[in-house]
Amino acid sequence: MNSGIDLQGSFIQILVDLGLTAEVARVAWLPLPMLLVLVGATLGVLVTTWLERKISAAAQQRIGPEFAGPLGMLIPIADGLKLLVKEDIIPAKADSLLFTLGPAIVVIPVFLSFLIVPFGQNLLITDLGIGIFLWISLSSIAPIGLLMAGYASNNKYSLLGGLRAAAQSISYEIPLALSVVAIAMMSNSLSTIDIVQQQSGYGILGWNVWRQPIGFLIFWIAALAECERLPFDLPEAEEELVAGYQTEYAGIKFGLFYLGSYVNLVLSSLFVSVLYLGGWNFIIPIEVMADWIGVSETTPWLQVITGSLGIIMTLLKAYLLVFLAILLRWTLPRVRIDQLLDLGWKFLLPVSLVNLLLTAALKLTFPVAFGG
Amino acid sequence: MNLADGVQIVSFGVLALMMLGAALGVVLLENIVYSAFLLGGVFISIAGLYILLNAGFVAAAQVLIYVGAVNVLILFGIMLVNKRQNFVPLRNAWVGKTTTALVCLGLFALLGAMVLSTPWAISTAPVAGDTSTVVIGLHFFSDFLLPFELASVLLLMALIGAIVLARREFLPDALEREQTQQPVLTLPERPRELASATPSSPDRTLGTSSTKRNV
Repeated sequence: MNSGIDLQGSFIQILVDLGLTAEVARVAWLPLPMLLVLVGATLGVLVTTWLERKISAAAQQRIGPEFAGPLGMLIPIADGLKLLVKEDIIPAKADSLLFTLGPAIVVIPVFLSFLIVPFGQNLLITDLGIGIFLWISLSSIAPIGLLMAGYASNNKYSLLGGLRAAAQSISYEIPLALSVVAIAMMSNSLSTIDIVQQQSGYGILGWNVWRQPIGFLIFWIAALAECERLPFDLPEAEEELVAGYQTEYAGIKFGLFYLGSYVNLVLSSLFVSVLYLGGWNFIIPIEVMADWIGVSETTPWLQVITGSLGIIMTLLKAYLLVFLAILLRWTLPRVRIDQLLDLGWKFLLPVSLVNLLLTAALKLTFPVAFGG
Repeated sequence: MNLADGVQIVSFGVLALMMLGAALGVVLLENIVYSAFLLGGVFISIAGLYILLNAGFVAAAQVLIYVGAVNVLILFGIMLVNKRQNFVPLRNAWVGKTTTALVCLGLFALLGAMVLSTPWAISTAPVAGDTSTVVIGLHFFSDFLLPFELASVLLLMALIGAIVLARREFLPDALEREQTQQPVLTLPERPRELASATPSSPDRTLGTSSTKRNV
């Protein structure tokens, strides 16, 4: 496999050629990926909120936002600006320190998880050895922020919502992690790059979704529950809890929760596409297509096309899953809290354990197909 | 000193200060909820120290288990148990306090002596880095097999115990009788006093809730 595009190396090389020392060039590179993560994730959320409005409207046979920009595309920006300039209210008897800290603790880990989302062979922030495990451990911090928000609001609906959110997220973390373990077992690595690498080569036939259909379903259900999307949006069930832990929040602090939940949705979709749908791989492998037209794999223009195609494919797969999530929101009724916990502990947990055992057995029996 | 060393030293200082400050807060603060949240801060700082020591996997495991599971369970425990009880000032409280101080000082002296007397040999082997998961796995199934298996048996016992407690097939009669007389459970919520609300109305809670609906 060729190394492909190395943006960091080229950037540092350009600065060194301009007369800077290598160390300064490296420092100049440092803020760029951080900025990219923030801007990329926020842009992803803007697109997702617009999609949510448009698809919801289509599901209910409405038109949806139309007048703000072409096809109402400026609606998310208007939304964001409104939340930014709105008055930021802290309730009189709330615990103002924890009240302010809560949204930040929910949002920061979600943004940090973008470090390991790969868009191509070298198109990711860092290729950590622990890869996907970092995401699992970071996503386990969020319940603390939710409990904090729920407690600090000094409101019984907030407290109930926070407790529900934490209960839900720790119960669905386990099936989620177990289905990831099955994938890691097949790819012999936790690194997201290796996981995608192991699915490439046979085009659409090599994707993990064919080898791990049960794991795929479990992961998707658990990811929806982690994102608190319908049918699992119990922590903010408006008929019962006003808005759950968000009840007392206004302005930019509410905006942070809103942003965090949508970033989490995009992130989970990205991880489903990385783990099960072949990540940046096209339906037909690029190398095969290059062979057909007789171009070497290391040709610069082909590498640029491969890189762009990788980004487009990853985003396309992720947004297809976002579309599915929004469609599910308008087709499924909300489950009750006891049904939610029953589903998590009594159904998904045993099934994911069986899936893990099955994967191990298949790996021993057919090492060719299941990564021996 | 190059950049990487500087960053390392500064982050070590920040993490150490954070950890000590948060740990003191856990012990000294009156509000138990603050203590529980600060405990999460202690765990996060320890994870940061692991990262500084090139042990990324251990750091992630620390966050997952201590912050994501242990600390959340502690918070759950605090928030679900709603027992309001005034502290009765104890007589001769100083006896307990002095004993605690003595025990703590003794423990500190013991650990300090251990730290000072151990010849800390810094390993010259190359840092495992990203392959550390493989190394840890190999150790678990060779020379650390017994502790590993003992820990899993312990976890299994805890699991079975939790299931037995949750199923409650055996309920003594006395417990059932007690349960019927318990007062209605209420959630902790401090009474609200809104500045703009009418000060003279006696049924303030009812009034505010109805005005909120109308607005």
